[in-house]
Parts: sequence; structure tokens; C-alpha cells
Amino acid sequence: MTVSKDQLIDFIYDEVRMLDEGRYDDWLALWLPDGMYWMPLEYKQEDPINQTSLLYEDMFMLKLRVERLNGVRTFSQKPKSRCHHVIQRPFVDEVNGDRFVTNTSMHYVETRLDEQQLLALTARHDLALVDGTLRIAAKRVDILNSDAAFRNIQLLP
Amino acid sequence: MEQYSGNPAKAAALVESNQVHRDVYVSQDIYKLEMRHVFNNAWVFVGHESQTPEKGDYFATQIGDQPVIQVRHKADEIHVLYNRCPHKGTKIVIDRQGNTGKFFRCPYHAWSFKTDGCLLAIPLKKGYEGTGLKQTASGNGMKSVGAVKNYRGFIFTRLAQDGISFEDFFGDSLSSIDNMVDRSPEGRLEVVGSPLRYLHHCNWKMLVENQTDTCHPMVAHESSAGTAVKLYEELNLPEGAPKPAAMEIIAPFMSPYEFFEGMGIRTWPNGHGHTGVNHSIHSNYSAIPDYFEAMTKSYGEDKAKAILDENRHNTVYFPNIMVKGPIQQLRVFIPLAADKTIVESYIYRLVGAPDELTARTAMYNRMINASTSIVGHDDLEMYERAQEGLLVDGMEWVNIQRLLEEDENFDEVSVHNGTTERQMRNQFNAWAKFMTYDAAKTETAE
Ligand code: FES
Ligand SMILES: [Fe+2]
Repeated sequence: MTVSKDQLIDFIYDEVRMLDEGRYDDWLALWLPDGMYWMPLEYKQEDPINQTSLLYEDMFMLKLRVERLNGVRTFSQKPKSRCHHVIQRPFVDEVNGDRFVTNTSMHYVETRLDEQQLLALTARHDLALVDGTLRIAAKRVDILNSDAAFRNIQLLP
Repeated sequence: MEQYSGNPAKAAALVESNQVHRDVYVSQDIYKLEMRHVFNNAWVFVGHESQTPEKGDYFATQIGDQPVIQVRHKADEIHVLYNRCPHKGTKIVIDRQGNTGKFFRCPYHAWSFKTDGCLLAIPLKKGYEGTGLKQTASGNGMKSVGAVKNYRGFIFTRLAQDGISFEDFFGDSLSSIDNMVDRSPEGRLEVVGSPLRYLHHCNWKMLVENQTDTCHPMVAHESSAGTAVKLYEELNLPEGAPKPAAMEIIAPFMSPYEFFEGMGIRTWPNGHGHTGVNHSIHSNYSAIPDYFEAMTKSYGEDKAKAILDENRHNTVYFPNIMVKGPIQQLRVFIPLAADKTIVESYIYRLVGAPDELTARTAMYNRMINASTSIVGHDDLEMYERAQEGLLVDGMEWVNIQRLLEEDENFDEVSVHNGTTERQMRNQFNAWAKFMTYDAAKTETAE
């Protein structure tokens, strides 16, 4: 195996730490240029294209999100939101040459002003080893109650 | 705070020609009156027929604060019943949709009802013999709403038994629904998946007004649309290279004031109106292969062109929905309290049209209407700041007089500069009319 199980698991821990610490440039650099971040709307949703999702975003949209967070006229981020992940040890579900799939349960907390919300979710990562570095090819985040009515979710689980 | 209960006339006086008093947004008293008068007497959207395609299929929602069930009783008959057991009040269904078979059965004491609401059976019925159950409302089964209309697949209800007819209430404004349905080569829409559900801590009317607020996109959405344009320019793509999807959907929000002024606003009687009389942010979407051919085959070239040239932006149907014809979307603003609104955003498939059109509306929905949408974040922030700011005493009026004209007559259809706030005034005119509708009825009867 080119990558150890520990390395895969560490990768997931490192990723959520980047998000929690707001190190978005490092986080964007984890992605392959054609990566897609998907957050389904429905329980066990299969189709990201021809039905509504909460998110299904390419690198342009992800960069836009990150850039927007720091905009001088981004009023919904004045003051800024903060987030916090508590994750379970990831399962390594598939090892296929240079491609890997992990599955991670998390509790995600996002807060702004006097409000705080807690989301329970499962993240599936499709990872690829490219030039000796692990990169994200796809990330799917299933929120346990994805069909519930939410207020703003402004940062990325 | 002022008391309004039992006094809808006092409530209607909160609307003036150029401003409305903040109590229309912040008073829970007013909220209750709205539920009893506006949502009871107006024609309100329930759901789409394709949400209940088979006999026994039901869909549970609410009209204002009233829980109701849309149910398919016969192949060509949809009923709307109150979601309440006539025995002790238990909600009959609690999931959002399902199939109940031939009848509803209350989970508490097993009273059962046909899918048109009629009482079917009561266990140990002899216990009611000689008690006069038939003479009570409980003995007649589940309560039906006052009237139901299926307009080209869209189910509307008037809760009140008597009142304004569907045709008189909507008039020519139905042309926006017509255009949306006509965009299907088969003249038929089908709901796609579940709606997005987005909770706002603000009054429902702020959301409705925002649908024709053409002076906010380039300001409130500068953070998302403006940044999208900036990132795109930095990409420096060669001429003719495909644009990122976000550019087609989000970037038009940065259009200049002149664009929105020129797009025009039309108002119809009873509070309905739309932006995009001449063009809209949906005008320049790229063509989808084979779609125009399918449309021409169904309608002939001239009519197909006429249908697709109509680029209405947002059509508001008073009191609480917005329809986007060119991308087959419907948003319903469900009032939960004076300061609490849930927005449900549906998308529809144009039956007989290529899948790419469904993909586009799905993309629009998640980019603009989701609780995870950056455009949604921009808007929610403004509504909720307004909801809190309105509590300031001593400055209690909200201004809606942009491009106000003398003696505006909302009973006639008219077209105006696209940045007018006339549609907001039109909504409040209808609001005052329906708030006092029952009082007016009583007076005429006397
Ligand atoms: S409450 Fe429904 S049967 Fe008793
Ligand atoms: Fe907006």
C-alpha cells in the first residue's frame, strides 16, 4: 500500500482542523481541480444533478465561498461565524491503488452572535494520491436531519 | 404594544399610501388577525397535483397556521382536509407525505374517514347510539376547506366557505403560471424531490416584498455576486471558454440599476405582481439543445417563440407565494409567527423537455434558495436585522414610497419602472382589503 491507514486517517483530522482554524487557503489546496463538494438535501439521495441538494459545488464556487467570507461588504459575516468539528476515527472503506474512500461521523457546531447550532453528519471522502500527496477528489456530507428546516449554515462542515 | 384583536379595521389603518406601521411585521396580535382574515379569505397555494399522483396519496402542509392535508380521493379529484381528528383533535397524519390507502384511520381511537373526509366507521359505535353524535361537527368526519381549485396542476384553497372566486381573485395574473406550464412541450409539470426548507426569524411579508425589491441585489448581494464577477475576471479565461455555472446563475444579481429600471414591474389587482416585464436576470441563459425543437413540435414555431420570449423574473401571488416561470420554481413563505417564517422552495420538471432544464433549476435552487446558499445568507441577514431594528420606538413607520404616484389605483393592471415599490404598496392594499373582508361582508349583510 502506497499510503498507510494512519496517513488516511490523519488527513481527515488535518482537514477538519483547517476548517475549524479558518485556514481556508490550505483547505482549498487539498482539493483536486475537478473536485466536487456535495451536501444532499434528501436522506440517501442518489442524484446530485437533477434534483435539489443543499450544496453541489465545484472549485469556482468553493473559492467564491472562501473569498466571500472575508469581503468588506459580507454583512452576514459581520461578526464572523466560527465552527468546530468533533470527529470519530474515520473508517477506511476502500483502498484501490491510488484511490481511497473514507467514512467519518462528526458533530459539527457552528456559531455566530448568541446562537449556536449542532449538526450530526457523516462525511465520505474520495481521496487520490497525486504526485505523492493525498488530495480530495470528492466530499459528500450527509447531515442526519438534512430535510429539516435550518437557519443559515454559513461555514463548511 | 397596541392591541388589535377583534379590531381588523384598526389593523388596516396601519397601511398608508406611502408607508406601513411596523406593527404589521412585529405584532403577534396582527399575525393572528392575518391568519383569521387574510389567509382565511384569500386563495392560498397548497401543493402541486404531482405530489399526490395516486389514489390515497397525501401531502401534509399548512395554510397560514392551519394544518391541512392535500389528498387524492379519485383519479381526477384532489381534496384538501384539515389535519385534525374530529374526535379529540389528534393530527391524522404527521409525515409530510405518504399513501393512506382507501381511508384515513386516526391512530388514537381508530375513527376512520374516507379520503374525502366523510366518517366511515367508529369502533364500538353503539356507545354513541341515541347520543346525537350526528348533530355535532364531530359526527360528520374530517372538516373540508371552503373551496379547492386545481389550476393547471397547482392546488389552491380558500379556507372560507364563501367569498371571492378563484377567477376574480387572480384575474390575468394566472398568465405567469400559464407561461411556466406552457414551457413543457406537453403542457405539464412534475414536482422534483423535496423542497428546500429554510427558517427565517422575520415576518413573512418581508420575504414576499423582497421578491420584487429590485434595488437590493447589487447592494446586499455584492458580497456573493460581486465576488463571483471578480473571481471570474481573475481567471482570465480565453474568449468563448465555457463560464463557470455560478456565473450564469449568481453574476446577473450584480446588474446595474438601469437594468432593473428597464426590466419593468406589472401589478395586478388583489396584490399580485411581477418583475421582468421586458427582460430579466433569466433572459440570457444559454440555449439547451433539442428543447426548442421539442417546443416547436408541440406548439409551432411562432407560439414556441412567444412562450420562451416571456422572461418574467419573480411573480408574487398574494398572499404568500412566488413563481419563477423561466426556471420552473415556486417558493412558499409560510408564516409561523410574527417573527418566524419558513420558506419552502420547490422545483418542477418540464414534462417532455431535456433533463438539462431540470439540472439548471436544481442548480439555481441550491445556489440561491438553500440555507447553505451564500445569496440566501445575504438576504436573511437583512430581514433579521430589519425585524430587530423595527423595535425602535418613536420611529415606527416603514417607507415604501419609491416612485409613488398620486391616487394609485390598484384595481387596474399597470406597468411601471422596474425599481418602483408599487408592488409592495399593491400587496399592502390587498392586505388591508382582506384584513377587513369579513367586517365588510357583515356590513353588506346588515
Ligand atoms: S382522537 Fe381520533 S379517534 Fe379519538
Ligand atoms: Fe436577495
